[in-house]
Amino acid sequence: MSEMNTATHVPVLQVSDLDIEIRGVNGAFAVVSDMSFSVRAGETLCIVGESGCGKSMTALSLLRLLPDAATIAGGKVLIDGQDFLAMNQRQVEDFRGEKIAMIFQEPLSALNPVLRIGEQIAESVRQHRKCNRREADARAVDVLRLVQMPDPERRATQFPHELSGGMRQRAMIALALACDPKIIIADEPTTALDVTIQAQILGLISDLQKRLGTAQILITHDLGVVSEVADRVIVMYAGRKVEEASIYDLFDRPFHPYTIGLMGAVPGAGASSEAGDRLADIPGTVPPLWNLPKGCAFAPRCANASARCLEERPPFEEKRPGHWAACWEHDDAA
Amino acid sequence: MQPDRTPLLSVENLEVHFPIRSGVFQRQVGAVKAVDGVSFSLQRGETLSLVGESGCGKSTTGLALMGLVKPTGGRVQFDGQEIRGFNRAALKSYRRRMQIVFQDPFSSLNPRQRVKDIIRAPLDIHKVGTPAERETRVAELMERVGLRPDQADNFAHQFSGGQRQRIGIARALALNPDVIVCDEPVSALDVSVQAQILNLLSDLQRDLGVSYLSISHDLGVVEFISHRVAVMYLGKIVEIAPKTRIFAEPGHPYTELLMRSAPSRDPRKRHSFSATNDDIPSATKKPSGCPFHTRCPLVTAVCKTTEPALTAREGARWLPVTTAELLS
Ligand SMILES: Nc1ncnc2c1ncn2[C@@H]1O[C@H](COP(=O)(O)OP(=O)(O)OP(=O)(O)O)[C@@H](O)[C@H]1O
Ligand SMILES: Nc1ncnc2c1ncn2[C@@H]1O[C@H](COP(=O)(O)OP(=O)(O)OP(=O)(O)O)[C@@H](O)[C@H]1O
Ligand code: SF4
Ligand code: SF4
Ligand SMILES: [Mg+2]
Ligand SMILES: [Mg+2]
Repeated sequence: MSEMNTATHVPVLQVSDLDIEIRGVNGAFAVVSDMSFSVRAGETLCIVGESGCGKSMTALSLLRLLPDAATIAGGKVLIDGQDFLAMNQRQVEDFRGEKIAMIFQEPLSALNPVLRIGEQIAESVRQHRKCNRREADARAVDVLRLVQMPDPERRATQFPHELSGGMRQRAMIALALACDPKIIIADEPTTALDVTIQAQILGLISDLQKRLGTAQILITHDLGVVSEVADRVIVMYAGRKVEEASIYDLFDRPFHPYTIGLMGAVPGAGASSEAGDRLADIPGTVPPLWNLPKGCAFAPRCANASARCLEERPPFEEKRPGHWAACWEHDDAA
Repeated sequence: MQPDRTPLLSVENLEVHFPIRSGVFQRQVGAVKAVDGVSFSLQRGETLSLVGESGCGKSTTGLALMGLVKPTGGRVQFDGQEIRGFNRAALKSYRRRMQIVFQDPFSSLNPRQRVKDIIRAPLDIHKVGTPAERETRVAELMERVGLRPDQADNFAHQFSGGQRQRIGIARALALNPDVIVCDEPVSALDVSVQAQILNLLSDLQRDLGVSYLSISHDLGVVEFISHRVAVMYLGKIVEIAPKTRIFAEPGHPYTELLMRSAPSRDPRKRHSFSATNDDIPSATKKPSGCPFHTRCPLVTAVCKTTEPALTAREGARWLPVTTAELLS
């Protein structure tokens, strides 16, 4: 989380050339293409991008929890060095929770409404660990305490609907942590929360990561959240990576016109605005994934688009040391 | 633009209490004090933002002013005239001059209706102009909000979220209102599209002099759009002041908490957010005394029993005198 993190050099998660396809009313189309990234222990990778760009699909594929309409059409996912996509259902279930776990945006839909919080956590523990009921129950209370749930013994006996939004999110984080996973994927974990509760949950996530050294992927559309927690950032547009860099490189000198546009479009980013000021908006809207333009997908909205941009898709390449982008432009500042 | 001084809208002690009923006879056993004595004024051409956590009564305040929920108490004056004394004609004119834009462009528009019919509806209802004039007005409005007039025959479901929000704004503008209540007008939109709509709202204010009562939970949006900000907590305004003051030196401990909670925009200036749980009490079970006392870092014994009153200090800034100050 900080510059001095506990990151080691071996990635615990390595994704290469991942393609995800959806069969819908508009025929089959790619929702995620050529996604490659890796995450190390103790590191937080943020994936940002606007609605529908494929963030959740990417996340779900890493747990093999894609909806029926979607399939993994190609690529490789290595978790702790093992080929996750080649595993059978049984092995996949062993890996979930034990190696990789997910925190969703809506805890109410992810938690079982008719099971007490403590029971849900204990059940997951017993699925992965050789332990008796009492030990599993004790572990449940322990992880609830770890996520700073007030009065954990009592909360363990409550149902999800009896908790406030913030406490539910804590319960879900506890559930994800129950079996000490090496990788946590959090999909918009604070989007549904008030800013005050969001601050607490972000504080908790940072805290836990420092203590436990998990590798973390945090998905969000909020650049403020990114700036608070990321070590490294991937910016997605229309199903593809368009930029990847360390948090400082990205915020200091964004390369891709889309990233630059996003940063200018966030209100309140400037020190103080006068009413009557204008924001630097990006014209137009994201094109539908089943009808992408031929060249660069951002070309219809890009002020720098050239004839080549309309014809050929730019490769994802290293523009500056450790700073990658998919754009035909060169780094004139380098 | 400099707002002029006579308030266009003045709200005093607005109260909306919803009954809580229970039992076979649905007897009233209590009340949700959703809005509990809110006072503010709005100038011509001004934007006042209401901010605060979910459930603090922002939308209910807006709906009450629109006449969409019934206030249980308080006074509202529009253009110097008290609404209660309005006869039917005056009330009708008030309804024309106050409009609302909602958060969710997807649910607030009928997807089976043509865009031109949606935008024209207020003109039809208030019988403004001839059919031909209404047609021209619709085209003019579409252009004004950045829609192509040749899309007038399309259905709402054929538009993107940002375009639907433009349709909602065009409809709100149809009758040349003085005030538009904007309830989270951009929170369902992507950042890049959100900026387009915020710019549009800002341009409309500059060109038409319309006032906004804006409701938003996004402090970035609030900072961009407002002249003044009212911070609400459990149905009450705890601080109201010019935007620059609220952001630069929040006066109330709750305002401070809100400001401190907003993510930083600079990875080198990260907050060290506290991970401790801090639950928001609800409007049904309001704490005694100062309603913020269960979360306030400055709480004293008196705060738990005595509620502070909103008092003017330093001219344009209102905030409650803390009990600690009353004692000193
Ligand atoms: N169950 C589904 N069936 C068919 N298409 C889907 C389904 N879920 C998502 N999609 C489509 O897949 C694309 C990528 O969706 P995804 O949920 O990954 O977006 P996202 O980046 O997470 O967006 P958001 O910020 O809105 O959560 C979208 O265009 C979406 O319409
Ligand atoms: N029609 C109603 N009947 C009963 N209670 C209501 C009604 N409408 C709102 N409330 C309650 O009044 C309180 C204020 O609600 P309101 O919708 O005004 O909050 P808000 O500040 O707009 O919140 P949000 O940010 O979530 O939109 C809440 O406790 C809510 O549950
Ligand atoms: S490749 Fe061309 S159109 Fe695409 S982002 Fe770069 S300059 Fe713009
Ligand atoms: S009255 Fe007391 S509890 Fe309330 S905000 Fe002031 S100091 Fe805090
Ligand atoms: Mg998503
Ligand atoms: Mg509301």
